[in-house]
Amino acid sequence: MSGSNSSTSTSTGSNGAAPDGAELLAIADRVVASAVPGEQVEAYVSRGGETEIRVYQGEVEHFVSAQAEGIGIRVIRDGRTGFAYAGTLDPASIDEVLADARDNLTFGTVDEWAGLAEPDHVPVTDQVLWNDELAGFATDRKIELARELERLSTSFDPRVRVDDANYSDASGEAAVATTTGIRTWGRENGCYVSVSTLADEGGETQSGFGFSVGRSPTEFDLEKAARDASDRATRLLGATKPASRRLTIVLDPFVTAQFLAVISATLNGEAVVKGRSLFRDRLGEEVAAPIFTLVDDPTDPRAYTSTEVDGEGLAARRNVLIDDGVLRQFSHASYSARRAGTTSTGNAVRGGFRGTPGVGALALQLAPGERTQAEIVADIDDGLLVQSVSGIHSGVNPISGDFSTGAAGLLISGGEVGAPVREFTIASTLQRMLNDVIEVGGDVDWLPMRAAGVSLVIRDVTMSGA
Amino acid sequence: MNHVIDRDVLERVLAGALRTGADFAEVYAEDKRSTSASLDDGRVEQMSSGRDRGAGIRVVAGDTTGYAHTSDLSERGLLDAAAAAAAAASSGGGGAKVIGLTPRERHVVNSVVQSPTDIAKTAKVELLQRVDEAARAAGSEIVQVSAGYGDSQKRVLIANSDGLFADDEQTRVLMRISAIANGDTGMQTGFQSMGHTVGWEIFDSVDVEELARDAARQAITKLRARPAPSGAVPVVIKHGSGGVLFHEACGHGLEADHVAKGASVYANKVGELVASPLVTLVDDGTLAGEWGTLGIDDEGHPTQRNTLIEDGVLTDYMWDFLRSRKDGHAQSGNGRRQSYMHLPMVRMTNTFVLDGPDDPDDIISSTDHGVYIAKLGGGQVNTASGDFVFGMTEAYLIEGGEITEPLREGNLIGNGPEVLRDIDMLGNDFAMGNPGTCGKDGQGVPVGDGQPTLRVKSLTIGGTAA
Repeated sequence: MSGSNSSTSTSTGSNGAAPDGAELLAIADRVVASAVPGEQVEAYVSRGGETEIRVYQGEVEHFVSAQAEGIGIRVIRDGRTGFAYAGTLDPASIDEVLADARDNLTFGTVDEWAGLAEPDHVPVTDQVLWNDELAGFATDRKIELARELERLSTSFDPRVRVDDANYSDASGEAAVATTTGIRTWGRENGCYVSVSTLADEGGETQSGFGFSVGRSPTEFDLEKAARDASDRATRLLGATKPASRRLTIVLDPFVTAQFLAVISATLNGEAVVKGRSLFRDRLGEEVAAPIFTLVDDPTDPRAYTSTEVDGEGLAARRNVLIDDGVLRQFSHASYSARRAGTTSTGNAVRGGFRGTPGVGALALQLAPGERTQAEIVADIDDGLLVQSVSGIHSGVNPISGDFSTGAAGLLISGGEVGAPVREFTIASTLQRMLNDVIEVGGDVDWLPMRAAGVSLVIRDVTMSGA
Repeated sequence: MNHVIDRDVLERVLAGALRTGADFAEVYAEDKRSTSASLDDGRVEQMSSGRDRGAGIRVVAGDTTGYAHTSDLSERGLLDAAAAAAAAASSGGGGAKVIGLTPRERHVVNSVVQSPTDIAKTAKVELLQRVDEAARAAGSEIVQVSAGYGDSQKRVLIANSDGLFADDEQTRVLMRISAIANGDTGMQTGFQSMGHTVGWEIFDSVDVEELARDAARQAITKLRARPAPSGAVPVVIKHGSGGVLFHEACGHGLEADHVAKGASVYANKVGELVASPLVTLVDDGTLAGEWGTLGIDDEGHPTQRNTLIEDGVLTDYMWDFLRSRKDGHAQSGNGRRQSYMHLPMVRMTNTFVLDGPDDPDDIISSTDHGVYIAKLGGGQVNTASGDFVFGMTEAYLIEGGEITEPLREGNLIGNGPEVLRDIDMLGNDFAMGNPGTCGKDGQGVPVGDGQPTLRVKSLTIGGTAA
C-alpha cells in the first residue's frame, strides 16, 4: 500500500485538489480515539475500485466494475491480541467490529512481544503512485486496448489464437492509525493488460501469455505483450520430454522472480523467530555464491511494487538481505523484530482490511551482472533455458529446502538455444541452488510482482524427464 | 436472508437491470460471518471474526456480461449497481420488462446440528490447544506446531430475470495442523487438515488429536527420508490422498468454458475412450458434509451428481448458466464464484473416482519397483496441453512389492490424457481426501476430491537421486 506519514508531506503525483485522505483518516481516528486506558488499538480503513474487461474474438465477454471498502481493527491488551473486520464503513458496523475485536482478544494467549508498531522516525521516500490520466481514462478506450492486444497477438503467426485478452485497472486508498502514534494515508492506482494464447499444430496445442503494466495506459507496450504471448505458445510446439540428467539451467527473468519469492520466505523474520527458517542460525555466514546480492528495496521507483509505507504504516526502506553471498539480515515487521531483539525493517504486509499484518518481501531485486541472456547462453555446452515453472506452491518447501517444480523450456547445446522440451521437472535444494549460482544476467526486467526479473544461471540441477 | 432483500425489491432491481435492453439479469446476495483462530509457537496468537455482506449484479446482453457489486443492500444501492452492470453490458435498445419471482424450495444437502456460531470461542481455542499438545507429544523431534481453526456461515440469495428465486445456507468448519520436526538432516514438515460443510458436531466423529499425531508422524518420518528418484517410475497412490490427480489431470479440462474455447485437450471427445476402462469419474455437489458440497450452485441451480467419465468413456463436461444457454445444454450445478464480488464460472465441486476391482494390498505387492504416495500436495495444470504437476508430501519407495524407505518431497509431472490411460490397477477402498481450495482466474472456491488406491504405470518423479 502506498502512503505517507503524517509527519511528512503527502506526495501523490496528482495536481490541484488531490484527496488528502481526510475521510478515511477521520474514520480511523474515531476508532483509535475510543480506546480505553491499557488498550492498544489499530484501525486499517480502505476503499478501492477495479475495472476488469475481457475481450474474446473482438467482442466484450465481460465487464466487471467493482467497488469495495472495509475496516479491520486490532486491539491488544495485557499481551493478548484480537482482530475483527467488516466489508463496510457503515458507522454501526464499525462499532460492532471494535466490540468483536475486544471480545476476541480475551481468547488469545498472553504474548510478551504482542504490540503495535511505534513510529521509528525513518523518513518516507516519496513515490509517484497515483496517476490522474488513468483515473480519467475513458471506458471505450480501455475496451479498445484489449481488442487491439487480441488483434496483435494473432498477427505474428497463423498458428496462434487467443484464449482471452484482458484490460484491468485498480485504484485504492488506505489509512492506518494507532494509539501508538502511527497515522498514515495513501492512495495508488495502476493498470494492466494481459493476453492468453493458444498455438495449434498437428493436433497439439500449447499455450502462452503476455502482459504489460503501467501507472497509466500510455505506458503499455502492447506490441511486446502480444509478441511474448505469440512466441511463448509457438516455441513449445513440437516439444518433447528430455532425457533425465544434471545440467546448468538459465532461469528466464520471469522465472527468477518466482524463485526469489521462494528465497524470501526463508528470510522472513517471523519464520526465523518461530524456528522455521532454514537460515535461522546463519546471520553473518556465507549462504550463497559471492556474486549473489539480494536487496529488498520498495523505495526504488522502478519497482512495480514500490511503496511509501508498509502494512503497519512505517516508512518503506531499502534492506540488503544477502550481500556478496553473506546473509546480512532478515525481513521484519514490528512483532517479529521485537521478539528478535531488533527493529522493524518496514516489511509488514497485509492483504487488505480482512487480515492482520504479516512479514513479507516488498520489492526484491538481485544485483545485476553485465551480460545479455544470449551472451550467457553462448558459453553453455549442455544446458536448459527455463521459460516457465509450475507447481512452485506444491513442490518447493522453504522449511526443508527441497526444490522440485515442473518446467518447460529450450535445451541449450554447444552455446545455442535448440529444441523445445516439456513435461519434466527440475530439482535441487534451495541451499544448494544459492551456492550453485554462477551468473546473474544484466537483463533486469521490472515485473508486476514483488521481485524484479533477471536471467539467473544455476549449475548442477537435476532434470527429470524420460 | 429473504427478509434482507424483499422479493418486490429484487423484482424492481432485475427490471432496472434490463432497462438497457439486456436479455438476462441476476442478483446474488451474500451475508457471511466467519470466525478463525490461529495457534503458533504454543500460543493462541489471535482470534478473528469477520462480516462480509453484499450483492453482485450480473447483466447479460448477447455474448457480453456486465457485472457490478455493492455492499449497500438498500434498494437504492442495488439499483445503482444494477445500472452500472447494465451500462457495462449495454447493447443500446431499451425496453420495460416485468419480473415475477417464484421462490424455489430449498435443496437441502447438508444437515447442521450445531451451528459453529453458537459455540463458545473458548471451545474453539481449546481445540487448538489439544492439537498442539498432541502433536508435540508425538515425539521429541517436533520443534514447532501451528494450527488453525476456521468456521463460516454464509447465507446466499439468488434471483434472476427468468424468475428463479433460490436461497441456501452454507456452513463450513475447517482445521489445519502443521508440524515441524528437526533432526541431523535439517527440518521436515508434516500437514493434516479436515474440512466439512456441517456444524460443530463434526468434532464428535473426528479426532483432532489423531490428525495432529499424523501431521507429527509425517514430519518425523521424513527426517530419515532420502532424495526422491528422478525419472519415470510406476506410482501407487494411497486411497483418499490422490483425488487432486484427477482434479488436475482432467477435471479442469472438463469445464465447459475451457472446452468451448478449444483450450482443453478433452474438447470434441465426448463418447470417446479418454481413460483406462477402470476409471469412472464423478463430480457431485450433493455429497453430505463434504468440502465441495452446496445446496445450490452460485447461480441458484441445485447441485447434482454428474458422471463425467464412465468406464473410461467421456460422457459429459461440467456446465454453468452461460455455457449451457449458449450450447443448449442442461445446467449441471457447476456455476460457482468466490463471493458476491466475483463473476460465476464453471467450477468443480467434489470430484472423485469410483471404486475399482483390486485389493489395495495386491496393488502394492504386484509392483516390483516404484513409488508409493501416501499424501499428495497441491497441483497445477495447463488445460491446453494437458501437462500437469502435483506435489508429493509423503512418499515411500516400493521395492520387491513392499513399501520401504521414506522419500523427500518433490513434484510429479504427467500429461492428463496419458496418465488417465496409464491407470492399470484401481482399488476397492474408496475414500474422500482433504479439503482443497481450487484456484481459477483469480478466484478460490472450496472443493473436495477422493479416489481408491490406484496405480499409474508410469509417472515422472522430480527428485534428485539417480
